[in-house]
Amino acid sequence: MSEPISALNHASYDGIARVEECGLQGMITLRGDLSDKVLAKAVKDATGQKMPAQREALVDGDTGVCWMSTDELLVLVPYAEVEAKLAAMANALSGTHALAVNVSDARAVFRISGATAREVLGKLSPVDLSAEAFQPGQIRRSRLAQVAGAFWMDDAETFRVVCFRSAADYAFNLLKIAAQPGSEVGVY
Amino acid sequence: MSTRLAKQGRLIDRSKQVTFTFNGTSMQGYEGDTLASALLANDQMMMGRSFKYHRPRGVVASGAEEPNALVGLGQGSRFEPNQRATTTELFNGLTAISQNHWPNLEFDIGAVNTALARFLPAGFYYKTFIHPKPFWKHVYEPFIRQSAGLGKAPDKETKDADTYEHFYAFADVLVIGGGVAGLQAAKAAAASGAKVMLIEQTAHWGGRAPVDGGTINDEPVDKFVEQLVSELETMDNVTLRTRCMGAGVYDHGYVLGYERLTDHKPGTQGPRHRLWRIRAKQVVTATGAIERPLSFAGNDVPGVMLASAMRDYVVNWGVTPGQRVIVATNNDDAYRTAITLKQAGVDVLRVVDARAAAGPLAEEARQLGIRVDPGKAIAKVKGGKRVKKVAICNQDGIGGAREEVEADAVAMSGGWSPVVHMWSHCGGKLIWDEAQAHFRPDPSRPPLGADGEGFVLAAGSSNGPLALGEVLSDAHAAGKAAAKAAGFKPKNIKAPTGEATTEAAMEPVWLMPANADIQLRMKSWLDFQNDVKVSDVQLAAREGYESVEHTKRYTTLGMATDQGKLSNINGLAILADALDAEIPKVGTTTFRPPYTPISMGAIGGEARGDTFQPIRQTPMHNWHDKNGADWEPVGHWRRTYAYVRPGESVHDAVNREVKNTRENLGLLDASTLGKLIVKGPDAGKFLDMMYTNMMSTLKVRKCRYGLMCSENGFLIDDGVVARIDEDTWLCHTTTGGAERIHGHMEEWLQTEWWDWKVYVANVTEQYAQVAVVGPNARKVLEKLGGMDVSREALPFMEWRDGKIGDFDCRAYRISFSGELSYEIAVPASQGQAFWDALMEAGKEFGVMPYGTECLHILRAEKGFIMIGDETDGTVIPQDLGLHWALSKKKEDYLGKRAQERSHMADPERWKLVGLETVDGSVLPDGAYAVGEGINANGQRNMIGRVTSTYYSANLGKGIAMGLIKHGPDRMGEIVEFPGTDGKSYKAKIVDPIFFDKDGEKQNV
Repeated sequence: MSEPISALNHASYDGIARVEECGLQGMITLRGDLSDKVLAKAVKDATGQKMPAQREALVDGDTGVCWMSTDELLVLVPYAEVEAKLAAMANALSGTHALAVNVSDARAVFRISGATAREVLGKLSPVDLSAEAFQPGQIRRSRLAQVAGAFWMDDAETFRVVCFRSAADYAFNLLKIAAQPGSEVGVY
Repeated sequence: MSTRLAKQGRLIDRSKQVTFTFNGTSMQGYEGDTLASALLANDQMMMGRSFKYHRPRGVVASGAEEPNALVGLGQGSRFEPNQRATTTELFNGLTAISQNHWPNLEFDIGAVNTALARFLPAGFYYKTFIHPKPFWKHVYEPFIRQSAGLGKAPDKETKDADTYEHFYAFADVLVIGGGVAGLQAAKAAAASGAKVMLIEQTAHWGGRAPVDGGTINDEPVDKFVEQLVSELETMDNVTLRTRCMGAGVYDHGYVLGYERLTDHKPGTQGPRHRLWRIRAKQVVTATGAIERPLSFAGNDVPGVMLASAMRDYVVNWGVTPGQRVIVATNNDDAYRTAITLKQAGVDVLRVVDARAAAGPLAEEARQLGIRVDPGKAIAKVKGGKRVKKVAICNQDGIGGAREEVEADAVAMSGGWSPVVHMWSHCGGKLIWDEAQAHFRPDPSRPPLGADGEGFVLAAGSSNGPLALGEVLSDAHAAGKAAAKAAGFKPKNIKAPTGEATTEAAMEPVWLMPANADIQLRMKSWLDFQNDVKVSDVQLAAREGYESVEHTKRYTTLGMATDQGKLSNINGLAILADALDAEIPKVGTTTFRPPYTPISMGAIGGEARGDTFQPIRQTPMHNWHDKNGADWEPVGHWRRTYAYVRPGESVHDAVNREVKNTRENLGLLDASTLGKLIVKGPDAGKFLDMMYTNMMSTLKVRKCRYGLMCSENGFLIDDGVVARIDEDTWLCHTTTGGAERIHGHMEEWLQTEWWDWKVYVANVTEQYAQVAVVGPNARKVLEKLGGMDVSREALPFMEWRDGKIGDFDCRAYRISFSGELSYEIAVPASQGQAFWDALMEAGKEFGVMPYGTECLHILRAEKGFIMIGDETDGTVIPQDLGLHWALSKKKEDYLGKRAQERSHMADPERWKLVGLETVDGSVLPDGAYAVGEGINANGQRNMIGRVTSTYYSANLGKGIAMGLIKHGPDRMGEIVEFPGTDGKSYKAKIVDPIFFDKDGEKQNV
């Protein structure tokens, strides 16, 4: 296998917050009946996490599971392990109507960190990002200006943002503008 | 003259001088000045010219409602026309120029229009420019366009130097307006624990209450404001923003706030404007009230201004607009101006009060030695560029028996109108308040939210009350009510008590004097910017314009940049009088957002330059860019049209690629093609419905080309479907179709066949896909090594998983070119490396990348259709001779029923054929074929059109496809295609397959 390279190969920018492309993250789109015990066990075996509730993100580093819709999860595993985890999952779900598919290369992941991270994202996503409304443990599928984007918080000052790989350049440019010096909003 | 006073000026810092220029002249002001106050301090009373008659115009107001003092601000890439001097904060180095004059402000040729005013009444343009008809395009329109617009547009070669942004905010209660009412409403709401946001358009809290005087809780208003602001600042649940205007209120509690971050300090870091996109459960509008002008002759002469504005200039900025002032009024409030001026040492000649009697403020004025003339009116103000004399007469009368007084400024007050814009934007209704002679919000008919309940509350003087005490108690109640409506329990705290001198009732005065003769009415301005006078509205009424909306458009009343903030009520009162109707019956024009103009930059936000629109990039995008890619947009993707080498034209490059791919080896970045995984026990059944062909019978490891139709039978997409395993298929879509077809599938699964066990996932971007095409395709793959790609191991229309070189891949043996062809999918993050490996290994086989135009030509040579070229949403598979792809075995598929309709089965439908020009030239794209005779419109009858047309370098001639009536039955016939270049092209109808009819080249 040749060395895989993420869309922007760890590009970064320092403004009122730090924006960096995180490199490759193993991701599996898992569709199925989220109340199914076999499915829940497959998720637990792959990630060590329980079944997330609506808009919940149970993520620890590069492993975890995020609720995407009433019949869809985003399973996060280390990039190097994705094929093995996918195979195990497919095996566990062999008798269950479900779809597990590798989407690791279809995505770009960014980290926004710093005290104003909430504000940077609040310029691009129509989401209430106040601390009362959005906290680590939650995920939101929304948009970043004109493209689809999903995000969760790793801690009180850090977001991880996922978008489609083809939009990585656009998303990075957006985040740079939103984090430009002197653009603090001062509300969060 | 207008000048700076020795004292006063609560908003300026006299220790900080600021230098600026107006029309190139250097002037001085102070920090805290507005451009308007600084110009007045420099005795620059005249600030512009009116639109129609080019009459001299001075500042008439002190805030957002200003119609006259509009300037071109800044220079070069920061130049902006039509900026209100009254809301422009002064800064060092500000440059302003006045507008709408030539050659200069003082002497303007256009002012000749004033002399012609009697020939330029309302509707002049409509009446004059209608005949003769051809004159419109060639004479009138160019002339009108040239004289249209007040300020000049920025130089088209410049690009806005600043950045802009949006910000999404959420609040339980949003309060618009930071005067005493807004502050108090915010406090009352915030006390409940609700999340409150308070926005104020100016840089200062407190609104005009500190200027108007009185006490709150027995303390000066200033002090109350200061305390309240610092109290709100300490509350975690309150967000305060100054320089942030409420621009519009929309459905579902959506409000736009327009924040001007660096207008007062241009060039500083960060965005210039921020557009706040706010969702609020409840909105409180505390937007205050605007004073109305009085309609008397010469009320537009520079030096005549609103009484409240004159008071603002004295108190806020220590500037007096004149030395000898006359005050004209129909209410008590204007006496405050007289008193303020007098106390500032200005000579107040007299107060002309249209009423017979006034209240205690008049008495206070008299005590100060100001002459008060009850029952009097201004007959006419004389002077051109400055007030010189004022003729005074009785209010009851036609304006005779005048007494002339020399004066240099006039303060006028016709009463106050609540600012009901925010209330009205989303459907709040108004009622006419007889006592105050103004429209105010009707609390029983607010704008309604999704739950059918009101979501906007008006507070303070924007709700009607004008006295300080009532304003505060009203705002307090509104704040509590908003918190309650947002689901919070309001605290039972006491409203502050405001005390101000009681006022006698105002009397509506719509014309001064009451029965002014026509000579005076023709000089009594309603709309200062657009030059609409009392006589114009009366003329409109006489000509039958009964609706206020029609009158507005006929006369241009209220159509200026201030959108009638000063003129509307006066205008419709005149109209009501002329129609002999009651004012509320005539009604108002519609209040539309934004409240005052907001910058285009703020609307666009971050969407400019690189981020104007997302551009989707494949993993090999940068390689293409470095290797001469001539880009073509395909959906949001950028694809390479051709790889242009130094010295080549794009056409040369295309021809080279076309030949090389047929003769040697071509590589195409096919990553953009959609890839949808469809899985489940019912997936086969589902795909049989989606496609016109049978997909359920496709064997594992095999591929099939499929067509998709909408339920109306029209072709919507096509592509190769591969069966991955027993219950999994991979469907390729067109580049533009990936998201659309994914949505199409989900829609059918979620709404119609929700009980079918099928899941779909879009994996388009997971893979970089490269088409390896040409006689040497197999050689290059074999050189890289790995999986067996021989004819036997990987036959045409099959796929295999395996390794090629170092790369895990899925290889499809499919061809859109008619050549030996593989499409190889590798993980996107290895796409560039795979491409590099192919380019390296392919050197000895004559490898060249090729772009989308080459792809198009190759497929056209083979007669393959292209969704979007041969189809346009009205084409069915039968039109394209694709009957073979329509399964007869299936009971149903999307589009089947529709294709049986009579029109779809009509033999007269245009059908696909090949077209070959008789001289080998290239047919114009989209050209229509003409037949015998003409239609009802006198046009030649059409019998078809060109759908694809190219120069084929392989065949050395132009080739085309088209839809022609009875086409397949007319092989060999010559059809005529008139071009738009004046030439007519002749082409022979031929088989659409121009190259390798038997498909031998792809099947080796």
